Amino acid sequence: MSHYIHDDKIKDLELMANKIRQSIIEMLVEAGSGHTAGSLGMADIFTALYFHVLNHDPKNPDWPERDRLILSNGHICPVRYAVMAHSGYFPVEELKTLRKFGSRLQGHPERNMLPGVETTSGPLGSGLGEAVGIAYGARMDGKKFKVYCAMSDAEHQSGNLWESVMFAGNNKLSNLIGIIDRNNIQISGMTEDVMPLEPLRAKYEAFNWHVLEVDGHNIEEFVDAAEEAKTIFEKPTVIIAHTIPGKGISEMEFDYKWHGIVPKPEDGERFLKELRKNVE
Amino acid sequence: MLNKKTEKIPTRDGFGKGLVDAGEKDERIVVLCADLAESTRCHWFKEKFPARYIELGVAEQNLATIASGLANYGKIPFISSYAVFNPGRNNEQIRTLVSLSKLPVKIAGGHAGVSTGPDGATHQGLEDIALMRVQPNMAVLVPCDAIEARKATLAAAFYDGPVYIRLGREKTAIFTAEETPFEIGKAIILKEGKDATVVGCGSLLYNALLAAEELSKDGVDVEIINSHTVKPLDAETILNSVKKTGAIVSIEEHQIMGGLGSAVAEMLAQNFPTPQEFIGVRDRFGESGEANELIEALGMGIKDIKAAIIKVIKRKK
Repeated sequence: MSHYIHDDKIKDLELMANKIRQSIIEMLVEAGSGHTAGSLGMADIFTALYFHVLNHDPKNPDWPERDRLILSNGHICPVRYAVMAHSGYFPVEELKTLRKFGSRLQGHPERNMLPGVETTSGPLGSGLGEAVGIAYGARMDGKKFKVYCAMSDAEHQSGNLWESVMFAGNNKLSNLIGIIDRNNIQISGMTEDVMPLEPLRAKYEAFNWHVLEVDGHNIEEFVDAAEEAKTIFEKPTVIIAHTIPGKGISEMEFDYKWHGIVPKPEDGERFLKELRKNVE
Repeated sequence: MLNKKTEKIPTRDGFGKGLVDAGEKDERIVVLCADLAESTRCHWFKEKFPARYIELGVAEQNLATIASGLANYGKIPFISSYAVFNPGRNNEQIRTLVSLSKLPVKIAGGHAGVSTGPDGATHQGLEDIALMRVQPNMAVLVPCDAIEARKATLAAAFYDGPVYIRLGREKTAIFTAEETPFEIGKAIILKEGKDATVVGCGSLLYNALLAAEELSKDGVDVEIINSHTVKPLDAETILNSVKKTGAIVSIEEHQIMGGLGSAVAEMLAQNFPTPQEFIGVRDRFGESGEANELIEALGMGIKDIKAAIIKVIKRKK
């Protein structure tokens, strides 16, 4: 049993994660384009972050002392938009504007359009550097908040990201907590076929990071890891979260083809039914 | 202005001093450098404010990404390296995380132009103005001497938005005055004249002044504008000048494509079409050599400027 989260709260969060997945399907069907697999795969972790881990105030998104959550792989923004809406940043109804002209919910998030998204992101490999910059600046000023950075696994193929890993390790940025969506897929195939990432854990350890690994669909495990990360003062922590791409919809799970496509309207209804059935 | 014993100081020195000035005025100023603190003159800031100097090692993409984060948090970061790397190597990071993000990161590109000299083409930044000019929200400054570079650095620090500052390695003539005000977006008329306008940026403006002096002996009266801000361009000052002279020569130590001359041509074509000649690098890379040698070999010497002025005056109808 976790010391950090009550069993009842875990059950509530699991139900919320299911709701988040339904919102993701609804908004992507409505948008007609976007990234489905990663958004669904990170639903449990984003739910845990917004409804338990993060110190934030949806009514005051610019609160200076808030924890920062940087989403590096901006293409999974549907999951972020969904948890933001459900936690009170903006009306849930607005999710239907995703990717439409004039919407605050851009295809990849933009900081100047939607308060609370923190950064403009999407081009892979650069979100960690931004998180590092925020963490470094905050430490200069003795701020206590944490900087979380959600990353994809495949963006670890980019050089810029490792420059940031090296800098953070060297500077012992213990207020920085990376979260890797280790779902093993990328747009053109399996990560280990396209450009292998393993041994990922050993790589981070070699760069002087504290490494934790969790089942990314086990909210209790993730919350415990996030709490442990806060107790590490000598180095930054990365949580490698093993996830299933497309999690929650059997037809999509583990299939890389769902990385960058969305369900057709007729399939969307069937997927929503499956999700609803999961919580009956 | 045209004293033969003119003192020579590189614009990078003015930048280094401007950084210290800015650091003294505001604690939010931080400086990030990629293993080139001494060469880019960031070491003066580092010595004075060690806690606000951040060393990244040879990682120019990280310069832009980490600076974006620092600015996002509330700092005013300067990122400094050679122009070929910053904003060359890290161009997309600057585009997305600085310009599109509208964050006040100040980008300093050193060793710009062929006057970088013996290091050769790999280190002679000739495309940086073009790279920065096309990014929305980005201001582009090209100071002409060390005094102006110091003022430009201070102005950039407190400008509300991202700024690119272009700097040179070579010692170049000091020909502006300490007391001349510097305002981003406001060009300075260095010399008034009626027969042709020369608009330029950077240290080549000194060659323009020398060329104008020589031409004045032949009765040719040239107006010279220091457009230290390439963007936002001071269209008003340039338009007022060409309405008087009817001809213009642009000069810059940069590719003709995409530089100050292009900015001027785009503006004039839409407002007051004017015969224009271009002094700059003509779609080629540089090579090793001494600064003056290269300036002349690539068609940016005093005789080239004189020829361009004569030619453009002949094109007037």
